[in-house]
Amino acid sequence: MVIAPEKQFINSPTDPMLPQPYRIERVRRETHDVFTLELRPANGTPVMQFAPGQFNMLYVFGTGESAISISGDPNDTNRLIHTVRAVGTVTNAMQKLKRGDCIGVRGPFGTPWPIVEAEGSDVVIVTGGIGLAPLRPVIYHVLANREKYGRFALLFGARSPRDLLFARELEQWRGHFDFNVEVTLDTASSDWRGNVGVVTTLIPRTQFDARHTVAMICGPEVMMRFTVQELMKRGLTTDQIFVTMERNMKCAVGFCGHCQYGPHFVCKDGPVFPFDRIAGLFGKREI
Amino acid sequence: MILERGDFALLLDALQKTHQVIGPTIRDGAIVYDELSSATDLPIGWTDEQDGGTYRLKRRNDEALFGYVVGPQSWKRFLHVPRQRLWQATQNENGIQITPEPQATHRMAFIGIRSCELHAIAIQDNVFLHDQFTDTFYQARRENVFLVAVNCGQAGGTCFCVSMNTGPKATSGFDLALTEVLEDGQHYFVVEAGTANGQLLLNELSQRAASNEEQQKAEAISAQTATQMGRTMDTAGIKELLAQNLEHPRWDDVANRCLTCANCTMVCPTCFCTTVEDVTDLTGEHAERWRRWDSCFTMDFTYLHGGSVRASNKSRYRQWMTHKLSSWIDQFGSSGCVGCGRCITWCPVGIDITEEVRAIRGKE
Repeated sequence: MVIAPEKQFINSPTDPMLPQPYRIERVRRETHDVFTLELRPANGTPVMQFAPGQFNMLYVFGTGESAISISGDPNDTNRLIHTVRAVGTVTNAMQKLKRGDCIGVRGPFGTPWPIVEAEGSDVVIVTGGIGLAPLRPVIYHVLANREKYGRFALLFGARSPRDLLFARELEQWRGHFDFNVEVTLDTASSDWRGNVGVVTTLIPRTQFDARHTVAMICGPEVMMRFTVQELMKRGLTTDQIFVTMERNMKCAVGFCGHCQYGPHFVCKDGPVFPFDRIAGLFGKREI
Repeated sequence: MILERGDFALLLDALQKTHQVIGPTIRDGAIVYDELSSATDLPIGWTDEQDGGTYRLKRRNDEALFGYVVGPQSWKRFLHVPRQRLWQATQNENGIQITPEPQATHRMAFIGIRSCELHAIAIQDNVFLHDQFTDTFYQARRENVFLVAVNCGQAGGTCFCVSMNTGPKATSGFDLALTEVLEDGQHYFVVEAGTANGQLLLNELSQRAASNEEQQKAEAISAQTATQMGRTMDTAGIKELLAQNLEHPRWDDVANRCLTCANCTMVCPTCFCTTVEDVTDLTGEHAERWRRWDSCFTMDFTYLHGGSVRASNKSRYRQWMTHKLSSWIDQFGSSGCVGCGRCITWCPVGIDITEEVRAIRGKE
């Protein structure tokens, strides 16, 4: 799904710089530091449409904004869903919000995952930690359109058992006969009988046809670097691999300059990039 | 057309009827841009001496109105203002109400824009008006501005507009362009209209047409200025040169000199980066978001959970220079540098972007 860059005007009725008030319908605690917000427009307008991979700027009144990817089902027209890890001033304040509280939302921004381009191909998702959240919309989409895709694998790495995001859903997904879900932990105590090790160790034993595969990766940059290497060992080329980048964002419309990554504005040229577009920058320090 | 020095006030008077007139004036030992109440506010009879880390005003031996080059400020402070409120919000039991900020409606006239600065305005137009999104705060100011350019009669010590193809003669993007001529006791301006609005105003001043000789004199002044550039930069293949040299040892060298003070980005007429500040009043019920100029030289600029992406001086200087001269071309189709020399003059340790390019080319 390619979103045609539509001309948008700041300070117009659909001003992308102006947050729209959304009300929190539900707060779900996912792990010790991750929570999910279910939102609906406070003024009764329809819930925004988005493409998997896009993000919103979420505003906590008086505190500030944070760029958070949309983690819900793109076909769910009733709710807007964001999964957030509490790590900074804004996300910690967001964590304290309750059902009924208001939050400002502007977006959606950025490029989507290549779910249309991937039709007919095997799809391999490799994620680490909170990186599963921006890919959950892809999982919903592929499962809802299963016949359009080939083999489907999710390789998910978490730090420890208490960091297992969407644990109940992971178990449910594993119940599908046509969805290969593998989970690994960086460290675990002796009562864990699952995989231990970094997520890249799952790649060599995952089944896919390298000539007809699209890989989507989200995680820390170091994890994405090694994942790309492993996938290329399996025969994937850089144009079959998609990664999502994270940078400081203030405006999300290419004006503030903060998210620049070489020639790219991560907010509008990304966050999802085909790896061949950024391969020359990837791994270079402090770009 | 010819505008005699004695009639220069007519131009300002005509503009002041409908516009806030902004132009060069002297403050705190430098030429700055501010509101002009009359021609006497101009830095009459002054010039400037500029070099790496040096700026001095000096008396001229004539009464030229525009006998200097560019100072620390640029016109961006009036179009892309240093602080802009984006919206206000209130919170009560019903939730959050967000009120958009009204647009600026006043009309401004800029007097004395140099060719490099016209190019800088065109470059910021590309950022704020001609990309995927339009910044209507910028647009509202930009659409209401009348531009009176002045062709430089001399080049400054840090000027290199000839290298960047941005001057010294204004070729487009102005309503009126003046060339100041001081010769044999004569003092007049050769005036060219660049738009219908400019022509209308010119007709109002009912001046006489310029003779061939006068026009040639004006051309000669610009040609002479072009030979006086204090700096040069070889821009051949510069996009690739910098993109391919992200690990060049010169970045370590410049990092040892750079104070990351951000002066270069503040004085740069094209640097557009901003940050936002969310503020509340004491009751906590009223909040505002302000946008203000920011700089890629600050540590906070690339802050992500866990630290800054560009933590070292080296990476921050590299980001600024590669953006200005290389990735800007990828993003907006032109260089982000107009050769005005401000970053050289106002660098407290005199780091010279033209010298850094030479070093990376290996022609030290």
